[in-house]
Amino acid sequence: MTVAALRDVEVDYDRGRALGPVSLEIGAQEIVALVGPSGCGKSTALRLLAGLETPTRGTVRRATGRGETAVVFQAPTLAPWLSARANVALPLELAGMPRAEACAAADAALARVGLAGAEAARPAQLSGGMAMRVSLARALVTEPKLLLLDEPFAALDEITRRALADDVLTLWATTRSAIVFVTHNVEEAVYMASRVVVMGCGPGTIVGDFAVEGPLPRPPQFRTTPGFRTTAEAVSTALAQGVGA
Amino acid sequence: MRGLAIRLAPWALIALLLAGWELACRMLEIPVYFLPPPSAIGEAVVQEWPGLVKAAWFTLSKALIALAIASVVAQVLALAVTLSGVLERTVQPIAVVLQVTPVIAIAPLVNIWAGVDHPERALVALASIVAFFPIYSGAVTGLRAADPDLVRLFDLYGAGRLQRLTRLRLPSAVPFLLEGHKVAAGLAIVGAVVAEFVSGSGKVQGLAWKILDAGNRLQTAKMFAALLVLGAMGVALYALLARAERWGLRWWRGR
Repeated sequence: MTVAALRDVEVDYDRGRALGPVSLEIGAQEIVALVGPSGCGKSTALRLLAGLETPTRGTVRRATGRGETAVVFQAPTLAPWLSARANVALPLELAGMPRAEACAAADAALARVGLAGAEAARPAQLSGGMAMRVSLARALVTEPKLLLLDEPFAALDEITRRALADDVLTLWATTRSAIVFVTHNVEEAVYMASRVVVMGCGPGTIVGDFAVEGPLPRPPQFRTTPGFRTTAEAVSTALAQGVGA
Repeated sequence: MRGLAIRLAPWALIALLLAGWELACRMLEIPVYFLPPPSAIGEAVVQEWPGLVKAAWFTLSKALIALAIASVVAQVLALAVTLSGVLERTVQPIAVVLQVTPVIAIAPLVNIWAGVDHPERALVALASIVAFFPIYSGAVTGLRAADPDLVRLFDLYGAGRLQRLTRLRLPSAVPFLLEGHKVAAGLAIVGAVVAEFVSGSGKVQGLAWKILDAGNRLQTAKMFAALLVLGAMGVALYALLARAERWGLRWWRGR
């Protein structure tokens, strides 16, 4: 079963072809990493899946219901005038849920990302990692079928991003929503994803598609296993070829 | 110790300059009508104090009324303009023309329209016109200043027009509105004073009239006294609104 699909999709901007042709199917419960150099259309592909952009040619199939697709951007993108709770409750309130109910759901979502007790804090009072967690809670609060992450940890330090990667996988184990995330980081891609899709430049196309073996969430020391190393190596090679092409 | 020195330094300079001024006036025997020494100005301030306060309140109250009017009109218009692209194109040329025309040039006209019996209406009208623009352009900028990713998020969750306005664009505009009001307050005083100068009648007894009146009688020390109060009033109002802006931002951002 697929939750979203791009079929022979092409996107043209004024400066020329940005993406395509690309075909990609996202299965239910799948975690897909889109890896590629800057400007290869990874984020464009993500925006197509989110419905924030329409393709010039080809078709996009996605869950179109309110809150069925959620996006986490590179920056936390929180409203500075709202508390963490109100930020997380926002998608529900926009969909017409009564405030009390939405706030209760928001508190539960914040607790799930480890932010119980920070409900009343404003974004300016949170650290970068905490703000990202609030953003994640806001994406999860609608219980989406498809969760899209656009370089979500790019602005965080290594320790925080590793902790968040594990947290996302733990959350996935309970929600089982399909996840598509964009990253520059091969190690992060192989660690978090059950499938790594490598994109090449000019215009963006898919140059490799690798399944990652191993249990999810990842066991400790997963980064040292031969399977992880081999896949990471294969992804790196494909990436290098894609840049050369 | 160093902190104290830094804080005292500007006052020391002012004291030094005043002392130099006083000395020069006495030694060069400059006539009082030409340039009164600081001591004479201080004397004038003390002597004229009740009248000065009354005049200051006259000017200030007109400026505040103008600020309130400008605030309401500018924000309503900015809201209407951001909701309708056609309206923006319609209003823009007139707004620009009104903004680049010096207020002193239209003051005589407004004086005629307000009528000789109601010069204070001309004051309020002119001060409103000057105070209008910082609030208007701040509001227009602010209403468009929402974080583009937040806008995308509202797209994604299918937010309606009203939800976008009340939950995204209006709150995003708050810092710009605070800044606009701060600038507008200072300009409202400028507008009121300019209008007073132009109307120049005994019915408008604000600070500008005090300056004009004293000037006509060559009572230069009184001119300086009124000028001093005018400057102090502007600084005080600006400081008050700067503080209000800081409070507002702290409330908005939660820090």
